[in-house]
Amino acid sequence: MILSRVVRGATGVAVLLAAAEVAGRTGLLDTQIMPLASTVLTEAAGLAVDPEFLRDVSATVEVWAEGLLIAALLAVPLGVLLGSLPRAEIALRPLIEFLRPIPSVALIPLVALIAVTDGALKVTVIVYAACWPVLVNTMYGLHDVDPVAKDTLRAFGFGRLAVLLRVTLPSAAPFVLTGVRLAASVALVVAISAELLAGGEGGIGVYIVRAGSGYRIDLMLAATVWAGVIGLVVNTLLVRAERGLFRWHAARAGVAQ
Amino acid sequence: MTNTAAGGARRALTLAGRLWMVPVVVAAWEIAARAAESVYFPPPSAILARLRELWFSGPASRLFLSDAALADFLPSLGRMFGGWALACLGGIALGVAIGRSRTLAGFVDPLVEFGRAIPPPTLIPLFVVLFKADTRMMVATIVYGVIWPVLVNSVDGARYVDRLHIETARVFGLSRTVRLFRVILPAAAPKIFAGLRLSLSLALILMVVAELAGSATSGIGYELLYTQQNFDLPGMWGTIVLLGVLGFLLNSSFLVVERRTLSWHRGAGRTGTTDRSN
Amino acid sequence: MLDVVNLTHTYGSGPDAHQALGGIDLSVSEGELVCVVGPSGCGKSTLLRSIAGLVRPTGGEVRINGKPVTTTPDDLAVVFQDYSRSLFPWMTIRDNVALPLRRRGLDRTARRAAAAEALAAVGLESAAAKYPWQLSGGMQQRVAIARALAYRPSLLLMDEPFGSVDAQTREDLEDLVLAVRGHHRMTIVLITHDIDESVYVGDRVVVLTRAPAVVAADLRVDLPAPRDQTGTRELPAFVHLRAEVSRLVRGKPELSMTPSHTSKE
Repeated sequence: MILSRVVRGATGVAVLLAAAEVAGRTGLLDTQIMPLASTVLTEAAGLAVDPEFLRDVSATVEVWAEGLLIAALLAVPLGVLLGSLPRAEIALRPLIEFLRPIPSVALIPLVALIAVTDGALKVTVIVYAACWPVLVNTMYGLHDVDPVAKDTLRAFGFGRLAVLLRVTLPSAAPFVLTGVRLAASVALVVAISAELLAGGEGGIGVYIVRAGSGYRIDLMLAATVWAGVIGLVVNTLLVRAERGLFRWHAARAGVAQ
Repeated sequence: MTNTAAGGARRALTLAGRLWMVPVVVAAWEIAARAAESVYFPPPSAILARLRELWFSGPASRLFLSDAALADFLPSLGRMFGGWALACLGGIALGVAIGRSRTLAGFVDPLVEFGRAIPPPTLIPLFVVLFKADTRMMVATIVYGVIWPVLVNSVDGARYVDRLHIETARVFGLSRTVRLFRVILPAAAPKIFAGLRLSLSLALILMVVAELAGSATSGIGYELLYTQQNFDLPGMWGTIVLLGVLGFLLNSSFLVVERRTLSWHRGAGRTGTTDRSN
Repeated sequence: MLDVVNLTHTYGSGPDAHQALGGIDLSVSEGELVCVVGPSGCGKSTLLRSIAGLVRPTGGEVRINGKPVTTTPDDLAVVFQDYSRSLFPWMTIRDNVALPLRRRGLDRTARRAAAAEALAAVGLESAAAKYPWQLSGGMQQRVAIARALAYRPSLLLMDEPFGSVDAQTREDLEDLVLAVRGHHRMTIVLITHDIDESVYVGDRVVVLTRAPAVVAADLRVDLPAPRDQTGTRELPAFVHLRAEVSRLVRGKPELSMTPSHTSKE
């Protein structure tokens, strides 16, 4: 069963690559515009040991991780605070609802004028974008806490703080992690957008723009392959972490995407 | 009469109770910005004035939209909705097919996983090279970026249609078409709608990125670049506010449509599709 | 009309395989109402799903009017236990009942008329424009019965149709089945774990053994018609038959059986 899944999946990938290769070799696709699949894969393999590209990758990963970390450090405590103080939440909710839909990438030109350094620009925009999923999911998680569990602890004479630490936070944790996972992919999108739009010293986006200006479509595609791989790895790791840490949660709520 | 008036007053009061923070924050911002006198952080009054001047100084018969507003909004919204609609059609069709066929799912699963992992802006430079024409590049970016939530949610919705629904349809001999349109699609609709809503807000983001990156000659993103180049900070802030309002309106109007279409779903009290993402 | 010949079915393969049906032989003639009872988990539902063509049995054959069943037969309707899942929540009651009539080649007006008639037969004509979730469980099951009636099948299968409703509703629905059956002259196979019910409703009671199920007994129910919830259940013949079925279902004494009302298939 599992084997046949792997075989099928591999077949699907192989068929697509082979079709692209054949289309290129028979002239169906102009290789000037769309390079051969084999060329792209060879270039992608080459990029894996290309120190210049690796520097760009680590630049992207660095701003991405920094932005995500700051966003989590800001949004989780705020979410816990708002989630446990209904009055504060009601007061701030409209502000959140107005700020959240602002497309974070629209801030790039503005922040580019204000920010002192290129890194500060990227991190600021990433933090803005990554905050919302974490904040909203944290608040949601705090609301979702089973009141019976809270009452049980209260009945045994535990104070508010104890209830928060022993029941509320553990049961909200899976939601927080879901928020972080969503924020991680948003942050990657914004990081690369910022690199494309504002340039800067390095990054996958910067690399791709450079390759594009030299009409090296093969290199652009090869770098895109790696961008996909990074996205896939990050997402897989976070999904694994969610499943591994919170097995009880998936069984209870059947978390949606 | 008095009843409804009292009800209206009460509703207004509740609304005021919920929204009081907004004027407070705006006023605080106004005071702080005036005191700081920073070029980068203009006061809200200046932002609103600029916003009005840019786009909302038109005649009342046109909802106050100025010529510039029409020239900017229409192309932007056209690209956005065009790309979104294409992605929705493609995503739903493909997603339902994958969701209903285990064999097909086996073949394309890795491709879908990989495709959706690629951050869509990564492809903008490629699309710029491939389609020199602006609009095609922008629509391609939007379609690529927003198709994944629709696709993934459609797969999910179509895959987990209640077995008894399918068996009932089989027992009563419903044809494939009837089964698809009267059973599978409605059953998957709550998930599909969650995907559509998510993709609509993504479409707005990608529209802006594409316009910024593609050096569009019209559109809201173009206006953002233009104001930046002219160091028109109130204009930039105004454009950002406009985009926020637009995002808010898109999401709220979509929610209205969703509630209407899925009234049965809420009635049936099923909560299979909590969508907590942004 | 319906012939089940040496039907066997095994789920899975290898060491995990579970044989549900161990060779079932059963014949139902035109117009009969046959109840199938058996301990929970004995494969009653598998039997019904094989007859309906929803499960392809691993061995043996099902024939309807002499024709072997390979896919879901034309002339057959099913009422499932779980009405809330078998009715479509996105359609009104009327649409739920009318939908299957597309196969009968009726136009929209004719479908609506037939749906209205069937709803009237179960006493729900006023609920036509409502949605299933606006009705109580018993009413939803009436809708499912109306949907089957409107379809005018020659064979109606009912899978624990009253397993999820309260006792009072259950009695009402049992009488409803008896009433519509008289009107429509359908052949009915009703699967239940309720021994009382099988004796009360059936012309015949077929008792299955534990999995892998075979027919343990096939008893004729000789109770006068029309049946009556109180009167019939008082008759010595009823009490006697019920005791006999009960002994057969329980089988060997060391096999403990879960209380029938709480069990689930």
